Amino acid sequence: MANPKGRKVRMMQGNEACAEGALRAGLKFFAGYPITPSSEIAECLALKLPRRGGKFIQMEDEIAAMAAILGASLMGAKSMTATSGPGFSLKQENLGYATIAEIPCVVVNVQRGGPSTGLPTQAAQGDLMQARWGTHGDHPAIVLSASGVLEAFMQTVRAFNLSERFRTPVILLLDEIIGHINEKVVLPEEEEIEVLNRRRPTVPPEEYLPYAAAEDGVPPMANFGEGYRYHVTGLMHDETGFPTTIPEKVDHALRRINSKVDNHVEEIIEVNRFELEDARVAVVAYGATARSAKRAVTDAREKGLKVGLLRPLVLWPFPKEEILALAKDVSHIIVPELNLGQFAHEVEWAVCGKTEVVKLNRVDGEPIRPAQILDVIEKVS
Amino acid sequence: MFNYEKYLRMNRFPHIWCTGCGIGVVLKALLRAIDSLKLSKDEVVMVSGIGCSSRATGYVDFNTLHTTHGRAIAFATGVKMAKPEMTVIVVSGDGDATAIGGNHYIHAARRNIDMTVILFNNHIYGMTGGQYSPTTPQGRFASTAPYGNLEAPFNTSGLAEAAGASFVARTTAYQVAQMERFMKQGIQKKGFSLIEVRTPCPVAYGRRNRLGSPVDMFKALKEGSLTKAQAEKMKPEELEGKIITGVLVDVEKPEYIDEYDKLIERVGKAVSG
Repeated sequence: MANPKGRKVRMMQGNEACAEGALRAGLKFFAGYPITPSSEIAECLALKLPRRGGKFIQMEDEIAAMAAILGASLMGAKSMTATSGPGFSLKQENLGYATIAEIPCVVVNVQRGGPSTGLPTQAAQGDLMQARWGTHGDHPAIVLSASGVLEAFMQTVRAFNLSERFRTPVILLLDEIIGHINEKVVLPEEEEIEVLNRRRPTVPPEEYLPYAAAEDGVPPMANFGEGYRYHVTGLMHDETGFPTTIPEKVDHALRRINSKVDNHVEEIIEVNRFELEDARVAVVAYGATARSAKRAVTDAREKGLKVGLLRPLVLWPFPKEEILALAKDVSHIIVPELNLGQFAHEVEWAVCGKTEVVKLNRVDGEPIRPAQILDVIEKVS
Repeated sequence: MFNYEKYLRMNRFPHIWCTGCGIGVVLKALLRAIDSLKLSKDEVVMVSGIGCSSRATGYVDFNTLHTTHGRAIAFATGVKMAKPEMTVIVVSGDGDATAIGGNHYIHAARRNIDMTVILFNNHIYGMTGGQYSPTTPQGRFASTAPYGNLEAPFNTSGLAEAAGASFVARTTAYQVAQMERFMKQGIQKKGFSLIEVRTPCPVAYGRRNRLGSPVDMFKALKEGSLTKAQAEKMKPEELEGKIITGVLVDVEKPEYIDEYDKLIERVGKAVSG
């Protein structure tokens, strides 16, 4: 089947689109561990990676999968793992390692109900804060979201690009609904996708300082085995890569890795605006919940209510300026989410009392329905 | 005299190890083994976890990866799969490899992925102050076993053998020539190789168990060692507390990445989609 432009139209699942996006971004290595509801990503890549000369491995546990992708990325192979809540918890220590050792990688968390084993087959959005603060110590975080199958594809590509650009792990926070939904998609052509690769050193090996940053705070990265012999450690290190406890050097290193994100918020942040031009009430929603929110806004518009939707595609760094700007124009910001108010908490902090934040939360394993959101819109309009 | 400086990052010295520690002896044997194989420094990736022996990666001039506690073998799996042409050597302690990293240890052996693990077995967590490890003998004292260790120790070589390693050898820090030979054989072996080296920790282990000076501890390694051939002639009760040295396993079996490359060859020809 082909659309008018002659492109292939396919029915695709969110998890499959994520795997396809990774391949399009240049994935060469995937290590995973079976876990619902993310396993289709591993299954798809077990099938497709070797056909393209890449490698897939099912490791002995979640921790090993996270470790293996870091080893592979250090050798120059674009790497990814995919998991869900309990597995995401297990990956946290090595996520911190990726952050301090500045090893690019993508970690997909297809969220399910928690805590603990929770609701393995049902959607939730309860890992928002874990995605930001799960590993110990002060660290930067880039966390992306998607609300549909094509978007899961596009956001996976972007996750790789941001990871390579900033030499930091990037988390793609999906949920069970987006992971398992099937939609009609037309994937973009090769040339329509921008693929970024890590910046390489321009100096000879004897002059290479593996953690000496360029002006933007990101150090050029030499892959192991290409003549640049250096040391990689999870200990705090200076520009040479070797451990240090000298206070000024420690302070500089920790602030620099955080600055890579803090100084590029505008470059990283992405929001989608729907019917917001004249809105007096706004809904802020992400992931699967944003689908219900869009329906609710459309229905409310039909009833003549001036309401719009702000949909962050990047959850961390938090789109503070965008939320603040919105707060100036609306009387209420409604934040529906499948947790007890994790994103709403940040929205409240951002709006600083300038508008009323209304939480709409569901933690019973069921999705938030458009009618529930419409109800709240009608109440506050 | 062997030129160790060729392989050492001299500006990183002095090292962190205590006087009388066996780690330096083992590391020197490893450098001689690497040298004898004429490997270029660029093609060696040395991976370690956390602990005293894992600090070795900081002092040697290879591609060096000092990872998280217990995870060296899991990182090394990614390293080797991404660039199979590299020689991957893991240096790890008994706590790192067989307690927190025990799962990776047995599964890498089971897969028979081509890497060489040098297990510095000193029966104790040295860096953290002498807590008992999975290889601390029963009855020995440790900072967390003030009344004597209740737990039975792992036979770490036996563990690797049972899990499927294609090369397993045990030696001691006293037997420097044998140690170097086993390391060389292990690196040359296509598959998962384990070289277990019994090595003294006079400060965190020996002192608490009244094992004497470092020299006494090296002597005990010598006197407590038997060759595999000698051991085969002895009764199990006579082998109690003895260290059986030698090549314990040396078999040919399919190596994981070789098999994966064959898979790529096979399915790569299929229509991609």
